[in-house]
Amino acid sequence: MRSIGAARALVIHRRKLPSGPDAGFEDVQPEELNVQPKVRLRGARLFGRSARPSDPAPSRLSYRYQRWMLTPGIRLGVRLGLPMVVLAGTLGMYFAAEDRREAVSAYVSDLRRSIQERPEFMVNLMAIDGAGTGLAQDIREVVPLDFPLSSWDLDVEQIRDLIAGLDPVKSATVRIRPGGILQVDVVERQPIIVWRTRNGIELLDETGAHVDTIAARSDHADLPLIAGAGADAHVGEALEILKTSRSLGERVRGLVRIGERRWDLVLDRGQRIMLPVDRPVRALERVLAVNEVQDLLERDVAVVDMRLGQRPTIRMTKAASEDWWNTKVTVGNGQ
Amino acid sequence: MMTDLYQSQRAMRQMRRQAMQRGVVAILDVGSSKIACLVLRFDGTGRLSEDNSIGSMAGQTGFRVIGAATTRSRGVQFGEVTAMQETERAIRTALQAAQKMADIRVDHVIACFSGANPRSYGLDAQVDLEGQLVTEAEIGRVLSACDVPDYGAGREVLHAQPVNFALDNRSGLIDPRGQLGQSLAVDMHMLTVDAVAIQNIVRCIKRCDLELAGIANSAYVSGVSALVEDEQELGAACIDMGGGTTSVSIFMKKHMIYADCVRMGGDHVTSDISMGLGVPASVAERIKTFNGGVHATGADDRDMIDIGGDTGDWEHDRRTVSRAELIGIMRPRVEEILEEVRSRLDAAGFEHMPSQQIVLTGGGSQIMGLDGLASRILGQRVRLGRPLRVHGLPQSATGPGFSSAVGLSLFAAHPQDEWWDFEIPVDTYAARPFKRAVRWFRDNW
Repeated sequence: MRSIGAARALVIHRRKLPSGPDAGFEDVQPEELNVQPKVRLRGARLFGRSARPSDPAPSRLSYRYQRWMLTPGIRLGVRLGLPMVVLAGTLGMYFAAEDRREAVSAYVSDLRRSIQERPEFMVNLMAIDGAGTGLAQDIREVVPLDFPLSSWDLDVEQIRDLIAGLDPVKSATVRIRPGGILQVDVVERQPIIVWRTRNGIELLDETGAHVDTIAARSDHADLPLIAGAGADAHVGEALEILKTSRSLGERVRGLVRIGERRWDLVLDRGQRIMLPVDRPVRALERVLAVNEVQDLLERDVAVVDMRLGQRPTIRMTKAASEDWWNTKVTVGNGQ
Repeated sequence: MMTDLYQSQRAMRQMRRQAMQRGVVAILDVGSSKIACLVLRFDGTGRLSEDNSIGSMAGQTGFRVIGAATTRSRGVQFGEVTAMQETERAIRTALQAAQKMADIRVDHVIACFSGANPRSYGLDAQVDLEGQLVTEAEIGRVLSACDVPDYGAGREVLHAQPVNFALDNRSGLIDPRGQLGQSLAVDMHMLTVDAVAIQNIVRCIKRCDLELAGIANSAYVSGVSALVEDEQELGAACIDMGGGTTSVSIFMKKHMIYADCVRMGGDHVTSDISMGLGVPASVAERIKTFNGGVHATGADDRDMIDIGGDTGDWEHDRRTVSRAELIGIMRPRVEEILEEVRSRLDAAGFEHMPSQQIVLTGGGSQIMGLDGLASRILGQRVRLGRPLRVHGLPQSATGPGFSSAVGLSLFAAHPQDEWWDFEIPVDTYAARPFKRAVRWFRDNW
C-alpha cells in the first residue's frame, strides 16, 4: 500500500549508500554502514526559507529590476562602470586635500630617490680614451660633473653632443660601463695642413675643420701650407694639388687661394703657377710635363699662367726680359 | 475591421523581424494548467553541413533553446484568461525564471493559447491574371479577393493561411510565383477566435513590459511539432489534450486545414476524482498522475491507494480506494472527451481523408492506456506523439505536455505564409486605368 498523505511522523534521513552498477558493497567502510539515523521534525521548514507560498510570483518591482539587470549595457555599467566611479570618487576625495597630495608626492619622490641612489646605479669616475692630455683636460672642463652621481641623472646624449662639439674631437661615444665608470671614447682630429690667415696660423684636418691654433709655422714645418680666404673649405682640392706637385720637391712653398675661387701654387724664387678654377690638377700636370722636357721652372720665369687652358702664358722676370730685349736689339743692329 | 486586423498582424510580423535581428525571442505557451516559457536564441545557422547533405532538419535548426521554465497556471480557464492579474503574475514568474536561466533580457514574445472558441473557415477565390505571370502582387490580389464569410462581431482572425493554389486547371501548387497562366485560384484556411480572449492575452503580455511578436493557436503549433513530416504531408489529426481544453487540428499537405477545440481536458478528470473521492484537487491530481489509468484489470481491484486526509479524524485520514475504482471514475470522462473529439473530427470530414492517422499529445495524453481507449473510439491508427527534438531543450521539457511550446518555437523560426504576408493590393482599377484601357484594346482588336 502506498502512502499519499502527510504522516506526522519523525522522518528518518539516512546517508545514502553507494548504489548502481559500479558500487561494490565490499568497498563500503563498516563505520559508514552503521550511521546513526538523523531525526528531524517535519514542519520545521515552516519557519525556514521555504515558508513562502509554494508558487511565488515575482513582484512587479523585482521583475522589472531583474530585467533591468539583464540588459547588457546596464550589466556592463554595474560590473565595470560602478567600481570605476567609486574608485575615482574615493581617490578624488582623498586627494582633495593639499597636504595629502604633498605627502603622497613626497613619498613617491623619496622612493624614487632611494632606488636611484642604490650603489648599483652610481657613477664614480669618468674615463677618457683616445684623447691627448690637453684634450682630456678640455673635456673635463666642458663636462663638469661632480662624482659620485646616479646614472639616472646623467644625460649621456647631451654629454656626447657636448664633447663632439669640441674642435679637436672628430667623434665621441659616451657610455656608462659596469662598475660605475662613465666611459668616453674620443677620436681626435689629425692636423694635416697649415692655414695661414691674417688672424693667425691654424691647423686643419682633411675636411677643413679647425683643429688648433698655433703660434708659428715652424712648429709644424712638416705640414704643407695654404693661405687665402676661404681656403679651409677646399682642403681636399689643395691636398690633391700638393700631391701632384710632389715632383717639385722642396721647391713648393704653398698654395694660395685667390679670390676664393682658384689656387696659385707658390714655389721658391718667387715663382708662381696660376691654376684655373676647373680641373686645376690637370693644368698642373701639363706644367709639370713641360717642366720635365724643357726645365721650364728652372728658367727665369716669374709666373706660369694656366688660367686659360687654350692659352697658357709665361711671364718672365724683369731681368730676363731685359736680357731678351738686348739680344733682340743686337740681332737687329747686327747687320 | 479587416484592414485593421491586417495592419495589426503586419505590425506583429514587423516585431518578429526585429526580434530575429536581435536574435532572442521568448515563447510563451499560456495553458490552463501550466504556463511554459522558452527563450530561443537565433544564431542563423540554418544548415548543419556545408554540402547540404543533411539539410535544414525540418526547420528545427537555426535556433537554440537557452532558457526554459514552467509555472503552474493561475487565472486561466479553458485556455482563456479569466483573472488577468493572476495570469500576469504567472507569466511574470515563468518569464523571469526563463530569463534568469538564459541570462539575457528578452523583449519579444510569441504566444499561443488554446481556447477562445476557434472556428475554421475554408475560403476560396479565383481571379484572372493581369499579365501571364503570377507575381507576389497577384497572389495578394487573389487572397484579398476571397469571399470572407460573416464570422460575427467580436471575433478576430487568428490565422489565414493559403493552403492550395490552382493555376488554370493545375491544382495543388504550393508556390505558384513565377509560373505562367490565365487564372489563379486559391484555397485559404481561416481560423477565427473570440476577440476578447486575444485582447486579454495581449494585455497581459503588455503589462509584463513585453512586445508581442506573434500569436498562434496552440492546436496548430502542437500539430507542427507532434506530427512528423509525412503525417503532415499525407494527412493526420493532432489531438492536444491539455488541462482545460482538448484541441484538435487536422493537417494535410503540410497545412492546417481544420482546427477546433473541445472545452474539456485533464483538469476535468482531476475534478471528477476530487469530487468522487472527496479529496482536495492537489491530492486528486497526484493520484491521477501516479495511479491513473483507463483500463481496469483484476490486479487493480487489489491495488489499494491511500488517499489520506488532513482532518485529524483517524478513520477519515486512513481512507483507501482501489485502483479499479479510480479507473472507474476516470474512464467515463476520458471517453467523453474522446467522443467529443470524434464528433468534431466527423464534423470536419476526417473520414474522407486519405490517411487517417491520429496523434495524441499534450499533458493529458500521458494517462496510462489512453492509446488503447483512443483507438477504440477514434480509429485504428492512433499513436502517442511527443514534440520534435530541438537544440538545447532541457530533458524535463521534452514530454508531450510541451508539444505546443516546441511547436511554437518552430513556428517562430519558420512561420507559414499568411494572408498578411502579402501586400494588399491598392485598388488596382483606380491605380492603372490607362494600362487597363490598353489591354482592352489589345484584347478586342
